[in-house]
Amino acid sequence: MKTKVAASETDPKKAQPKQIIVIKNLCKSFGDNVILNDFNLSIEKGKNVVVLGKSGSGKSVLIKCIIGLLKPDSGSIEVFGQNVPALEEEALDELRTKIGFLFQGNALYDSMTIRENLEFPVRRHWLDISQEELDKMVIEALDNVDLEKTIDMMPSELSGGMLKRVALARTMILKPEVILFDEPTTGLDPVTSREIENLILALQKKYKTSSIIISHDMTCVKNVSDEVVLLLDGKCYTQGTYEELVSSTDENIKQFFQ
Amino acid sequence: MLNMARKRVRAYFCQMTLPVSVQNFLDETGSIAKFVGRFFSLGLKPRYENKELLNQCYIIGYTSFPLVGLTSFIMGFVLTMQLRPSLIDYGVQSQLPVMVGLAIVREIGPVITALIFAGKVGSSIGAELGSMKVTEQIDAMEVSGIKPFKYLAATRVLAATLMLPILTILGDAISLFGAYLGVNIRSVTSFELFFQQVFSSLTYSDVLPAVIKTLFFGFAVGIVGCYKGFNSSKGTQGVGVSANSAVVLSSVLIFVIDLLAVQITEILGLN
Repeated sequence: MKTKVAASETDPKKAQPKQIIVIKNLCKSFGDNVILNDFNLSIEKGKNVVVLGKSGSGKSVLIKCIIGLLKPDSGSIEVFGQNVPALEEEALDELRTKIGFLFQGNALYDSMTIRENLEFPVRRHWLDISQEELDKMVIEALDNVDLEKTIDMMPSELSGGMLKRVALARTMILKPEVILFDEPTTGLDPVTSREIENLILALQKKYKTSSIIISHDMTCVKNVSDEVVLLLDGKCYTQGTYEELVSSTDENIKQFFQ
Repeated sequence: MLNMARKRVRAYFCQMTLPVSVQNFLDETGSIAKFVGRFFSLGLKPRYENKELLNQCYIIGYTSFPLVGLTSFIMGFVLTMQLRPSLIDYGVQSQLPVMVGLAIVREIGPVITALIFAGKVGSSIGAELGSMKVTEQIDAMEVSGIKPFKYLAATRVLAATLMLPILTILGDAISLFGAYLGVNIRSVTSFELFFQQVFSSLTYSDVLPAVIKTLFFGFAVGIVGCYKGFNSSKGTQGVGVSANSAVVLSSVLIFVIDLLAVQITEILGLN
């Protein structure tokens, strides 16, 4: 009996790009307030997708649904082929090790030193790791963001930009395949913002990650995006490259790029 | 006919709406019950966070000892000074060690220690977890695939449950020492005689129920503090409200548990 082989598997030229996140008909409301209404999106491996939208349009809700912090009312969110809302707690925890999340407010554990902040997720997932290996990982992570000197400091002793870089180091330490950035440059001065953008791009190149970035900072959008998604009225209004959207004549799109 | 009447009664109760305060009370009670259920279903399963549990025992137990010790000492001392004139009036001054001992070990020691504990530990857990909640540190743990309930809540609840009985026993001892000094201010009683009189009046049925109920007091303080912290609303005001309501609710629960404990010990014939 012959087995059917898909054309894409035999012909590399016709190979479908591997989609690591596929969101279909996602709906999320808080009481009567409809945030996401039949939202659809797919993200290819290795791409940086920036989600644009007005404040309160549901961008943060979207990435919190992807990581499983919020449960959608309906629809599916497939990450690496697994439907996040339907996952059991253990499977969800396992999946989360492949996804990094950089919080807008950094969310560093303020009762721990920088070293402990970085060690914390590693110790809990790699139970048999030696202290020597752990030290090596922490130093490499801090070296990536050029903050080795802060290793024994407390988060309260660092500036806003340094905190963001340490948070980025903590996000990267488990070597996630996808990273969700919640407004990575908000509240930072332009120079530090550019530094963070360069770090994001450098780390992405080094570890070959994909990412979803929520941002209002148009310079950041221009510099880091492979694709831009415009979230409007709870729906994916448009999706395209920065250049495509910037040259659009649609009033709804133009208002973001003026 | 009967079915019609049933339908009407059901329709009447379905239409009836409870006052908002009652609805909120029932909502809160349901949420706390769910939180307690989560503690037993998730918090006690392996993998155990032994290091964090020990750390919390140190923070919750050891660091509370000076405050508990001081208040217990003053309580024993003052109780003796207050009781003395009344006992003299009735001519039973010699029974002072017995009365003070029973009052401290059976009731005042456990309840006052638990209230001090609720004020110090309940507010601290509520504020700490509340501030972790509003700064998204709890979410950060969750997205790293770490169970914050297990790491933060279960360890604190267990530590509070285990530490309060120990603090109460130590507090009782210090309180009795304060009572001994209180007796010796106005009269002279030897250390041996005072404590011989105290212990001769105490039985296991006085000590054990009192210690057992402190396990429940500690559990209530821990669970309420963690519940309020985990459900803190956004902003600094939310953290303050969490800390405050953790103390208020756990203090009320201490009295409710005490009331139930008295009834249970009476039914079991331990009074």
